[in-house]
Order: sequence, then structure tokens, then C-alpha cells
Amino acid sequence: MSDAIIEFAKVNKWYGDDFHVLRDVELAVGRGERIVICGPSGSGKSTLIRCINALEEYQEGRVTVDGIVLGDDVKAIEAVRRRVGMVFQQFNLFPHLTVLENLTLAPMWVGHTPKKEAEERAMQQLERVQIAEQARKFPLQLSGGQQQRVAIARALCLTPKIMLFDEPTSALDPEMIKEVLDVIIELAGQGMTMLCVTHEMGFAKAVADRVIFMDQGQIVEANTPAEFFDHPKSERTRDFLDKIIGH
Amino acid sequence: MAEAFQSIAARAPPVRTGGALPWLRRNLFGDWKSALATVFLIGLALLVLPPFGQWAVANAVLAPNADACQAARGSGACWGVIAEKWHVIIFGRYPFEGQWRPAIATLLMIAAVVASCIRRFWRPWLGLMWLAVLATFFILMGGGVFGLEPVRTDLWGGLPLTVMLATLSIFLAFPLAVLVALGRRSQLPAIRTVCIVYIELIRGVPLISVLFMASFMFPLFMPQGMTIDVLVRVLVGITLFAAAYMAEIVRGGLQAIPRGQLEAAATLGLGYWQTQRKIVLPQALAMVVPSMMNNFISILKDTSLVTIVSLYELTGALALALNADVEWRPFKIEAYLFITAIYFSICFAMSRYSLWVEGQLGVSRTR
Repeated sequence: MSDAIIEFAKVNKWYGDDFHVLRDVELAVGRGERIVICGPSGSGKSTLIRCINALEEYQEGRVTVDGIVLGDDVKAIEAVRRRVGMVFQQFNLFPHLTVLENLTLAPMWVGHTPKKEAEERAMQQLERVQIAEQARKFPLQLSGGQQQRVAIARALCLTPKIMLFDEPTSALDPEMIKEVLDVIIELAGQGMTMLCVTHEMGFAKAVADRVIFMDQGQIVEANTPAEFFDHPKSERTRDFLDKIIGH
Repeated sequence: MAEAFQSIAARAPPVRTGGALPWLRRNLFGDWKSALATVFLIGLALLVLPPFGQWAVANAVLAPNADACQAARGSGACWGVIAEKWHVIIFGRYPFEGQWRPAIATLLMIAAVVASCIRRFWRPWLGLMWLAVLATFFILMGGGVFGLEPVRTDLWGGLPLTVMLATLSIFLAFPLAVLVALGRRSQLPAIRTVCIVYIELIRGVPLISVLFMASFMFPLFMPQGMTIDVLVRVLVGITLFAAAYMAEIVRGGLQAIPRGQLEAAATLGLGYWQTQRKIVLPQALAMVVPSMMNNFISILKDTSLVTIVSLYELTGALALALNADVEWRPFKIEAYLFITAIYFSICFAMSRYSLWVEGQLGVSRTR
């Protein structure tokens, strides 16, 4: 596939000597494609998306992001990280910096943007996630949902081509999940390539072009939401869907 | 239909909780254990304080008169010893007629330290100011230029030496400690090993022997005819010693930073040094302020060990002032109380400052 922005070619990864966490992973993500990844814990979904921005290294195969092959080359890793934004389950905001400083840090120090310009752009992103009025507060003064929206805005400040979401709503109180998903849905409507690890199946149905189910380090099934939810091909997928939607 | 909201007017509490009496009742006589402790401590104070007051104030001799002091010996303090000997205690062997020089130099350095503690002055020019202060300090102390009589460094002593050694060794040891702490957590085995060996080696040796080696052994390894001033060697010794301990304190802070912080920084494209400087160190150092200040305070007091290599800082200068003087030697206690007061005021100020810093840092850590 020539228009793929992310390509996994027979990727294998081990933790230590005996935990084979990714097994022969083959995946091509098209430009602007929105993918939801689900699966039981320990199935390798987080590891998979963390390989895309080299937070994890792999031992076999090849990961290509926007034409750049990820390996040991530090320059390649830097180049990829400039193109990829990431949102974590635990937000990982910098607690000693204000919300605004969290957003301007990388543009100023990595992108060498002047402070004033960086702050203007940061405010635009904060408005986009509807939290501009909290700009001068410290992260830990905000609710979980607000913190996660700040984290999304922080990633957006580097104008990434690809956004990775690693269980963005799993650490949130139930009433805050919607405000975060709404922001992600709004982003999804704007043509950015997105990969999201989540168990929010309603969200998957609403925005995903493809849903991927992983188990034991393998991609078991990848299909459009309609096909995936209504006619899962694999026995294992059906089992999993029964468990999470069944009640 | 919704019920109408009935507002309840505010009223006074049934028992008064403000004021002195309620405070006493609550805090000093809350229950029988607390009351017992209060009575016991008041009793102890009544037992100890009046005799001490008698000795320190009522029967004390203030005039620098050795005979009067001798007469009052045993019943009253002889503060006269301070009036008589303070020149030597404060300035050590520094030539008497030039003692205005260390006085100004020390005040200047203390002023610089105080200024550096104030947030409003944390500007780029602070570094330039320090260069100027240090240059002035050493010119004033050492002389040899601008018509100032040269004074050899082994004659420097007393409070100026204490303040200078403590300030410089803390300022030099701190950045070194941060580097060593980072090095100890480095991915590169060579750097890690060097840092571990340095820390363990220094921590396994008493400061006295480090100073001894710096002073007497080090020159043996120098090429013929080349000497480094004993003051510099001692300063390097204290700095290396202090840095090893501080490095372990910093490492404690580094370990408390969650991995997610590093991952977030990496994801944003920050490099190693940017991550350390902007993300890791501000948080790690904020966490270790109390133990760091603890260490600073002990360095200040450890400078008294330089007496071992014949540098007479405050404590050494006191011994110098009294040991050889048969007339005044009996009144060492009073003289020791005098330098105790000096040490205490400096250390107490440091400890208060540390509390203030903690309070400032607390703002961003509302959890």
C-alpha cells in the first residue's frame, strides 16, 4: 500500500527472554484513517501503538512511519516524534508547570517558537478543547477530564500528522468520559490519522474506520465497525465482544 | 412540586473556641496526659532557668577584666572574655590593623547569599554579581593590589573563612552533585561506574581524612615546584565530600519521578538534557529541599574540621584565642556560647529559608 502512513511489517517484540508481546504484526494505516484497537489486557495493544513513536523498541520486522523507518537511528526517532502526538492513560501532564506552560514547553524548546507565538497557539488549542479559562492553573488543580483535555491540547500544539491515544478514558470517573471522547470525536472529524486503544465501543462505532482486535500479541481481526460488531469472523473476537457488551 | 429552600441564619458556636483561655485548655490541658506533660515541663523550666539566669545575667561580668571574672568564677558568667577576645575569635590570625578587610568581605558575601535567596533577584545579572562579589572578597582578603597589604591565605581565619568555605563548597558541590546523580542513573555503564565509585569512596571516608589527604598527601603527587594553595585544596576536599552526599539526596528525588513524565517528554520531542532540566530536576529537587538543607547545614558546621590542617576558622580561632592565654583560658564556656550563637543564627536562618522554599513549591503540588 503506497498511501500508508504507518506500516508494520512482520513486527516481533519480546519483553526479556520469555514474554513474546508482539507476534508477526502486519498492519498498514492509511492517511487520515481512524483506528480503534481493543483486546484483553496484556494483549499487546499499548505496546503496538507505543512502537509507532519509539517509546518501545522492537526486535524483528520493520515499522515505517511517514516514510521513515524506525530503528536505532536517533535522528529517525526525533523525526517521527515530531509527526506523532500521544495521549496517555495517566495524562502525564507536568505538575510543576501551569497548563499554559505544559502546552508551550515543546514548541518553545523543541520547535524554537517565540514565547508569544507559542502562547497564542496554545490558547487556540485550549479553546479547541474548551478549557481556555484554566490556562493559568496547575494540572493537579483540575479534574481528571480537564487534565486529559489539556493533555490532548498539548499533543496538538506540535501539529502532529498522527495522534495516538493509549486508553485515554480508562483513568477517568464515568461522568468525565464523555467530555474527553467528545474532544477526540471532534478531532476525528478533521482528517487526522488516529489510533486509539479503548474499550469504549460506542466511540468505536461512531468514529472508527477500522476496529482491530488483538489477543496474545497478535492481530486477530481488523474490520469496519459494522462488520466487526455485527459479524465478527473469529470465535475469539465474538467471545471478547460478548464479555464487554454482553451485559 | 419542589419544596421551597429554607435558609438557616448563621449563629455563634455553643462554646467559645477563640481567645487565650480556650486555647490553653485545648492545647496544654486537653486531657490528663497533656496536663501532666505541661506541669512536668513547667516544673523543669522552673528548676533550670533561674540558676541559669543567675549565672548568665545577674552575676555576670561584662567588662573585659580578668580579675573580676576570676572572682565571679563558678557563680557568674564572664562575658568579658568576648569583649577581650572577639577580634581573634572572629578574624583568627588575620593581622589586626587590616581586620576591616575581612569584615567588609564577609558582610559582602553574606549579603550576596541573602540576595540570592530572594526570588525577585533570580535574574541573569545575579551570576555577574557573584563574580564581582567573589573577586572583591579575594582581593580584600588577600591584598597585594590597590595598595592593600598582602595577607597569606594561612593567616585567613575565623568567621570569614567559615562563611567562604561553606558558601563556596555548597555552591560548587550542588551542580556537581546533580551531575553525579544523573550519571549514576545513566544508560552508559562507564559513566555509571565512575559515579558509583566516586560516591562510595567518598562516603566511606571521614571528612577529616579527606582534608588531611588534600592538605598533606596531595602535594606529594604534584610535580616539583608546583603548589596549589592549601585553601584551594581544602575547598576542593570539602566540595568533593559534600557533593557525594548531595548526589545521593538528588538521586532519591530522581527516583521519585514517575516514568510517565519521561515518556511524555520523549513524546514531545524533548532531548535528554532538556528533559532533565525542564521536567525531571525541577520536580526532583523540589522534593528533596528538606534533606538538601539538612546537608547544607551540616556542611557549614563541618567546615570547623579544617582546623586539622591549621586553618583557623571560627571554632579553630576560638581555640587559638584562648588556649595560649592562661588568664582567659578558664572562660572557654562563655566563648563557646558566643560562637554557638553565631552558628545557630546562621543555621536557623537556613532552616527557616528551607521552610519558605517548601511553601513556595507547594503551590504547584496541590494533590
